[in-house]
Amino acid sequence: MSPLLSIDNLSAVSRRDGKPILRNVSLHVDSGTIHGLVGESGAGKSTISKIILGIVSGGVVVTSGSVMLGANDLVRMPEREKRVLIGSQMALIPQDPLTALNPGRRIGDQLTDSLRMWKGMGHKAAWARGLELLDHVAIRDPQRVMGLFPHHLSGGMRQRVLIAAAFAIEPKLLIADEPTTALDATVQKQVLQLLKRLQAEHGTAVVFVTHDLGVVAQICDAVTLLFQGKVMEQGTAETIFNTPSHAYTRALLAASPRYDDPAAGLNPIDDAVIAACRAEVAQFDGAQHA
Amino acid sequence: MPETLVETRGLVVDYAARRSLWGPANDATRVLRGVDLHIDTGEIVGIVGESGSGKSTLGRALLGLVPATEGEVLYAGHPLDAQPEGALSLRRQMQMIFQDPMSSLNPRHTIRTILTRPMLLHRVATSQAAADATVAAVLDRVGLPLAVLARYPHELSGGQRQRVGIARAVMLRPRFVLADEIVSGQDVSTQARVLVLLRELCAEIGMSLAFISHDLSVIRALCNRVYVLNGGVVVEEGPCETVFAAPQHAYTRALIDAIPLPVVGTGWLAA
Amino acid sequence: MVDTSLAQTPHRSWQPALRAALGDPKVLVGGGFIAFLIVLALGADLLAPHDPLAQDLMLGSLPPVGMAGAEPGYWLGTDDLGRDVLSRFIHGTRTALTVAFIAATIAAVVGTFVGLLAGYFGGWVDAVVSRLIEIWMAFPAVLLSILIVAILGSGVHSVIFAIAIIDWTRFARVVRAETMAQRQTDYVTAGQVLGFSRLGILAGEILPNVLWVVLGLFTLELGLAVVIEAILSFVGLSVSSDTPTWGGMIAQGRGIIYQAWWVFALPLAGLLATVLAFNQLGAGLRRSLDPVMQR
Repeated sequence: MSPLLSIDNLSAVSRRDGKPILRNVSLHVDSGTIHGLVGESGAGKSTISKIILGIVSGGVVVTSGSVMLGANDLVRMPEREKRVLIGSQMALIPQDPLTALNPGRRIGDQLTDSLRMWKGMGHKAAWARGLELLDHVAIRDPQRVMGLFPHHLSGGMRQRVLIAAAFAIEPKLLIADEPTTALDATVQKQVLQLLKRLQAEHGTAVVFVTHDLGVVAQICDAVTLLFQGKVMEQGTAETIFNTPSHAYTRALLAASPRYDDPAAGLNPIDDAVIAACRAEVAQFDGAQHA
Repeated sequence: MPETLVETRGLVVDYAARRSLWGPANDATRVLRGVDLHIDTGEIVGIVGESGSGKSTLGRALLGLVPATEGEVLYAGHPLDAQPEGALSLRRQMQMIFQDPMSSLNPRHTIRTILTRPMLLHRVATSQAAADATVAAVLDRVGLPLAVLARYPHELSGGQRQRVGIARAVMLRPRFVLADEIVSGQDVSTQARVLVLLRELCAEIGMSLAFISHDLSVIRALCNRVYVLNGGVVVEEGPCETVFAAPQHAYTRALIDAIPLPVVGTGWLAA
Repeated sequence: MVDTSLAQTPHRSWQPALRAALGDPKVLVGGGFIAFLIVLALGADLLAPHDPLAQDLMLGSLPPVGMAGAEPGYWLGTDDLGRDVLSRFIHGTRTALTVAFIAATIAAVVGTFVGLLAGYFGGWVDAVVSRLIEIWMAFPAVLLSILIVAILGSGVHSVIFAIAIIDWTRFARVVRAETMAQRQTDYVTAGQVLGFSRLGILAGEILPNVLWVVLGLFTLELGLAVVIEAILSFVGLSVSSDTPTWGGMIAQGRGIIYQAWWVFALPLAGLLATVLAFNQLGAGLRRSLDPVMQR
């Protein structure tokens, strides 16, 4: 079976200075799996998720490659068709639950937007479905919450609402962009558990953007590790964490602090490793120009 | 026997009721509900808690930036406002590193102004030239090129700004430094470098460090001892080895359980 | 450790910023026009082709050169009393700029001082200042200035006083809000931790940030002061009627707009251009000199 999302040889440059942002990135996500997109700031993980969602800013120009959702190439589709495809088959769980919800609209209205728009439901049917969705993400008293405004809810509750909204249209592909970074640790765990449960129930494919290797190890089936827009290592979570082959992967793992090991977290990434990564990127750029 | 440097006894902090000329008055909010804490000379102490635990307020109270409603904060055995060597001397000895280096550096001062003004104030340097020399040495120590002196904060990278913040805090050779969430949101590689630098600086200057964080893993890497704060009270305290190996309080256990380790197949999510 | 005794610690040079300012089109155009006005004001006696007060009814309502019936030497025509419009305009620049600079400076200094105090100390100081500003702003500005000049008697001093006493609130209000925002920043807390006194923080941390906001307001106020002076002249409450002013010319020109529109048009154009030039100069200076605007 072919993967649901296939990104092949995707390259992008900055419109302003022509500098490469993505360098020949390929990744494949099967239905029912969670694919971790990992890297430090500037690695290009957010750019990839924005290209998939068709919300990449005008400052980024895709120069080559394809992003296939099923049989459709999102890079080459007419804008209108692309918007319909993305809107009806993809959903986003954003990083910041504070700003992702409109402070002036009730939870119920925001939750049912996509149902009315993409599922053609009437107001009543959408509202009833919204109640079910809130119940499904373990929000107590959904009837009351539907009528509240975002500022009435805690950060964790808002993220639950956003997850409910994301699953409302039963998307084939879900983009989770650092969905738990803004949350407290105990809340993060609950939200991740919820996300995993819903994903498994619906057989959704998930692209999970994060910089937290711990979260990746616990929730992802496959991992792509990026450095300056280039894939450094790619594979199943088992391979990446148990037998990492790239020096950068090993260095990142060694630098991550762990509560069960006081020595971890005090091993900064060696300058030589960073230099080797940069050289790899430079070599790639050189080969592109030649 | 190590000497206690900073201490709180039964510290209670309320955020004052807001009075308005005509509008309704808000009630005071109790943020800290009786905190006893001590930090010894040369010790690195972690203060961990989730949002709303009162950890930032506790940190600010240690520096005398928020007043105690009840109880007291002692520095070297004396209340903060009754220091034998005077208030200015106390300010030299207690410093702070901020969470967001961008907002803690005045956007309209060059790094040079930011670093030399405190030295002249405290007469650590008696002339601009002497201040320049000391600043140059400190910059070198935290791994920044001299060229940053002529820059404004927004002209530096995030990591460089963080180092300027550290340089400013240690430059006066303080005895106590408070670090409030200084590595949260940072990349793993930057984070490790900052932790190592802090550790080395503590040893070199012989300063004590209170390290506030929501991240137990970072606390484990850096600290000797840890206070776990929840709802404005210390629920557990002890050396890191003991607390992490055998947490006594249910909240501490919940906090530890909530941390995902970078190891596959632990079944963490199912637990 | 490096040998720091030899280390040349780099200073921020002012030259690049200054060069940027002098190369900024807004500064060039706005500043150039204001500089031109200053030259006109200072050298009015030499530059004006005629005595601005000399009447010659034989030469009344002459149109500007280039129109039918114009008289050479009277470049922009004459008014109904035969006074040279250009000369009157040049002399009017004096009053306009004097009033603008002095009044705006007083308003800025007083307003900034009060705003800083209210914003930094808060509490009852702020409560008193805020109420005062609210009451002040409830008065219609133009009517209030007319009232003040009517009470004090006309003259440049009264006009300056009237403008300053009304417009200090513009500065106080904005500076108060900005100071309050500054007081919440981490770098002000850092200043406290480092041991700076309240005054040291106010002068060393807050003021350098507030001044840029004041600069913007100040250039706005300069333009505004020129307009208010013109309004007071228009209603005959500014300087004595034998001193030429833009407002006075506008008032006079309004009466004879069908016979000699140029009497009205030149000072009006000058007024518009001056306000615009001050605003452009302010925006240009801020854009090229304020470190925060450089990102």
